[in-house]
Amino acid sequence: MFPPRSQRILLAVLAASALLSAVSGRLNPYFLDVALGAGISVVLASSLNLINGFTGQFSLGHAGFMAVGAYASAMLTTTLAPRLGLSANLLQWVFFPLSLVAGGLLAALAGVAVGAPSLRLKGDYLAIVTLGFGEIIKVVLQNVDAVGASRGLTGIPSHTNFFWVFGSAAVTVYVVWALLNSTYGRGFLAVADDEVAAEAMGLNTTGYKITAFVVGAFFAGVAGGLYAHLKGYLNPGGFSFDKSIEIVVMVILGGMGRHSGVVVAALLLTVLTESLRQTGAFRMIVYSVLLIVLMLTRPQGLFVWPLWSKKEGRP
Amino acid sequence: MSDPLLELSGVTIRFGGLTAVSSVDADVREGELAGLIGPNGAGKTTVFNMITGVYQPTEGAISFGGQPTAGLKPYRITELGIARTFQNIRLFPSLTVFDNVRVAFHLHLDHDSVHSLTRGPKFQAEEVQLRERTRELLSIFRLERVQDEPAKSLSYGDQRRLEIIRALATRPKLLLLDEPAAGMNPTEKDELMKLIRFIRDRFGLAILLVEHDMKVVMGICERIHVLEYGRKIAEGTPSGIRGDPKVIAAYLGEEPVKES
Ligand SMILES: Nc1ncnc2c1ncn2[C@@H]1O[C@H](COP(=O)(O)OP(=O)(O)OP(=O)(O)O)[C@@H](O)[C@H]1O
Ligand SMILES: [Mg+2]
Repeated sequence: MFPPRSQRILLAVLAASALLSAVSGRLNPYFLDVALGAGISVVLASSLNLINGFTGQFSLGHAGFMAVGAYASAMLTTTLAPRLGLSANLLQWVFFPLSLVAGGLLAALAGVAVGAPSLRLKGDYLAIVTLGFGEIIKVVLQNVDAVGASRGLTGIPSHTNFFWVFGSAAVTVYVVWALLNSTYGRGFLAVADDEVAAEAMGLNTTGYKITAFVVGAFFAGVAGGLYAHLKGYLNPGGFSFDKSIEIVVMVILGGMGRHSGVVVAALLLTVLTESLRQTGAFRMIVYSVLLIVLMLTRPQGLFVWPLWSKKEGRP
Repeated sequence: MSDPLLELSGVTIRFGGLTAVSSVDADVREGELAGLIGPNGAGKTTVFNMITGVYQPTEGAISFGGQPTAGLKPYRITELGIARTFQNIRLFPSLTVFDNVRVAFHLHLDHDSVHSLTRGPKFQAEEVQLRERTRELLSIFRLERVQDEPAKSLSYGDQRRLEIIRALATRPKLLLLDEPAAGMNPTEKDELMKLIRFIRDRFGLAILLVEHDMKVVMGICERIHVLEYGRKIAEGTPSGIRGDPKVIAAYLGEEPVKES
């Protein structure tokens, strides 16, 4: 049947986001801010899940790709948009999504540059290279005056709303799900399971890894753009190693390679982080303890129920 | 006599100071059921790894269907029509039995990442057809009853058979089997012999078999190549090999060449 069920669900979620977006102005602004942050986390965690969960690679660079997308889209809306003399509606509904996509594409390009050389190699090179990439991006942003250097980039218009966040989250989850749920897509799981066997069955393992990495980087870039236009300012320090780890933790808690588990983990952890914000450093302690307890008690992930996993085709 | 499908000439590989395989000449003809035997450490698996592109020979050349395979990545060689199983089973353990086979149809897919996203009518039709073909392969080998189980939950014998089915899904012209009878009991071995013959006839492919069980090798191979310390010491029919003094000497102190 066409469109298939998955696309009908996607359309329904998009429609629901649009409806909720129309009434979101009545929500408590603090609550709305947390909800939008949680939605952005879903984009980040689901896209990292494609790389670290389903394809079995270990990237520590998601905050770096997020930074690329955030700065790229913010530069477009702060420097290019005002010269075009567009109406507010055009800005919010046409120029902004295009700038999100542009940020995503630039992040994807960075993904190719970082991934192509390191994904050919076996082992933990990717973790090291992506770690380095994240730090380099941060240092570069801290030193380029055009993007505000360490003072940060301010005056970013607040185009991010309920529809763009949850619409992007729905699209991300759909893309990751649809990529995997095909004969072609089973190759990602095969690469994660046994690269030598996958290659022997005719799968271009490097191609699969790069695809996962680039798609993941793209959505991290989109998430960055959403974040920039939610907060209104960007500070290179916000895209540090801690941020990457936070996303990795969501993927691990969500059960590495589970669609729904990772979505739930992203939502819950964002809310948890928010409620612990006042406690400062204590937050990291809670995180660490949570991780240790989880590894000991539920190595398969926190939010994995048998029913869900069966539906997702992974026994 | 038909032209050789696979041809090895002067193939040598060194790992540091160790020459694991030394100037080996061998060939497999179209539709042939050939054997590759030799004591432990003789270099049989290493020969498989060179044929499939996992290792590159230090010297010598390998060609398949007349085309040299030097420098090709393993997946390219599979694309040419060589599939294999592994001595230490290498299934996709967390995938279902069904998906293990399905993913191996990959080479003959018309769809890719973009079609997975758009999921148009043609994509859906192909997926339906692939499911059908997967089920068909599984049912020939009577594994459809466990198709939704994770591959790692299968019995040892079933895992070995699943590995063969998975290799067949790539539609090879040549199938390399590395000790398929290992760990099987006598009944399973008899079944395996029938299965190998059946596969060759039904799919019309050539098979190169590495196997320690002499009853299996002698029972099904039409021609046998013998390796010892990386060198080829004999080639011939099962009866010729069994009487060859060099082969007997190679196996002395090892398991004797006999049909037990
Ligand atoms: N990657 C490698 N690095 C170093 N030495 C290797 C490597 N692969 C194989 N060898 C060596 O090459 C020789 C041949 O090994 P191979 O596995 O091909 O033997 P085999 O005939 O398959 O033996 P078996 O019957 O025990 O499976 C052995 O001495 C082995 O240690
Ligand atoms: Mg071996």
